[in-house]
This record gives sequence, C-alpha cells and structure tokens, in this order.
Amino acid sequence: MTRRARLWVLLAGGAGLAALLVAACLRLPHFGGKSHPYGDRAVHASLARQTANTISSVNFDQRAFDTLGEMTILFSAVLGCVILLRQTHDEHRARPEPAEVAPPVRRYALVVLPVALLSGLYVIAHGQLSPGGGFQGGVVAATALHLLYLGADYAALERIRPVGAYEVADALAASGYLVMGIAGLIGGTAFLANTLLPYGTFNTLSSGGTVPLLNAAIGMEVAGAVVVLLARFLDQAVEIEEESGT
Amino acid sequence: MADAVIVVALLLVAGCATAAVATRDPMRQALVLSLLGVVLAVLFTVLQAPDAGLSQLAVGSALTPLLLMLTVRKVKRRAQGKERER
Repeated sequence: MTRRARLWVLLAGGAGLAALLVAACLRLPHFGGKSHPYGDRAVHASLARQTANTISSVNFDQRAFDTLGEMTILFSAVLGCVILLRQTHDEHRARPEPAEVAPPVRRYALVVLPVALLSGLYVIAHGQLSPGGGFQGGVVAATALHLLYLGADYAALERIRPVGAYEVADALAASGYLVMGIAGLIGGTAFLANTLLPYGTFNTLSSGGTVPLLNAAIGMEVAGAVVVLLARFLDQAVEIEEESGT
Repeated sequence: MADAVIVVALLLVAGCATAAVATRDPMRQALVLSLLGVVLAVLFTVLQAPDAGLSQLAVGSALTPLLLMLTVRKVKRRAQGKERER
C-alpha cells in the first residue's frame, strides 16, 4: 500500500469515528441534569445492603467482578515490570553512597511520612463509608513509605521495605479476593455475591457484608504492587549499573 | 456559582495540560504533570466525584511523576557512563 493510500484509509477511519462520536454525544443527557437512572438504582442497591459509600458498593458488590479484572490488570502489569527491570547478566549492583539531605527536607519528610501513611490506612479502612477505598488508600500508603528515600537515603528505605514480603503480600491479597469470590459461589448464590455476611449497621466500619473485606484485599494488593513497582524502578535508577566495557 | 467554579477548574486543567506539553525537559515535565494531577483532582471533586479525585491525586500527582523521574535519572546515568568510557 502506498503512503497516499494509507493516508486515505486513515482519514476514512478517522472521519467514521468522528461521525459516530458526534452522533453519540448528541444523544447524551444534558450536563448537570436531574435525571440519573443508573445512579438512582445504584444508590438504592447500595443502601439496601447498608453500604454508605455507593462507589464502594458499585466497585466491590454490584460490579465486584469488574474490580477482579482491574486487580488482575495491575497485578500482571507489575509482574511484567518486575521481569523487564530485573538485573541482567551484564549489569552489576553498586551500593549507592549515602546522600546529603538538606535539613529542612529531612524534617519535612520525617514529619509528613507518618501522617501520609496513616491517611492512606484511614482511606483504606473507611472505603465503605467515605470517598476513597482500597485503591486510593493503597497508593497513598505505598508512596508515603518512599518519603523515607527523600528524608534519609536509599539504604534506610531498603531496611524498612523488604521487597520479598511485599511481593508475598501482593500475591496473598490477590488470591484472597479470588477466595472471597469462590466463597460466595460455594456458600452463597454466585461468584463474588455479597450474600454471605450480615450487612451490619449502616455507616459503621463493619457494614456492607463482604464490601469491607474485598476493599481491604484490594488495599493490600495495591499497596504491595506499588511498593514492588517502585522498588524495581528505584533499583534500576539508583543501584543497578551496566558493566563497563560491554 | 457552581458553574463558575467548574469553568475555572476546566480552564486550569487546559492551562496545565498545555504547559505540560510545551515543557521540553522531561524532569520539569514530570513536575508540571504532577501539578496537572492536582488540578485534575480539583476538577473531579468539583464535578462531585471525590473518589476519582482521590485516585487522580494519588496516581497522577505522586506515582506517575515519580516513575517518570526515576526513568529519566536512569537514562541520564547511562548516558554519563557511556561518556566516561570514551
């Protein structure tokens, strides 16, 4: 195919996509309208199962299977990164020298670290009650740990962050989510069905049946995945060097 | 009133996104990207989606710029190593 013909095919495809998008947008409900048919039904279903945060109810109850897919995407993406960024035979590790940290940076990092870590854990724990949940809290808690790299140095970070343990936690949490799903299949009605546990009292930590458990599993999975991912990137950026002369 | 806030947030997002594209140095670009993450989180919150806002704040303004900066550091270190050999 010549360059010209390829351009025409591209233009035809682009024009078709644009026409379909415009046609779809013309039928959309107006911005900020009063009618939310899906939203109303989701809120109703969420309140029926005593889950205060409707988004969490959608994520871990009504659409729990979608979340399983998303978790699998994150898990396999991190797995791919770990394989791609491993130390190859023409590379070696060089201990990074202790870095000088400006005192204000050190003070800031060491004050903010516990606050950020606690906020992350709070967001995970209250996923079924207030905005947030396992994913958001997990990312916050995992990145908070890395403030130690800012405030002290790489060696200090490595001491509090045994990567192997986080890899195990990541895999355990992912399989925990699956086990919860299978428990729903065996003890309840369907895979990941939220019919096993009592729904509890509205707006308390233990409300929502399996929602808090699945939420916690996702929190642990995401925190583990982010720590492992950042560890591999940090290894490559700080420690691993190519052999000279190759 | 609420519409005005939404318009301001949208304009901020457009401004930050343009700045992120216009910045050429990857290190600075990562910083602008982090600012864009914060502004997008504000936009999501204004549009009554605090959950999406939190995700955006955690991933878009902390995690992605951090990964970018680590990658840039690795590439720069490799270039320096090659130069030293010559």
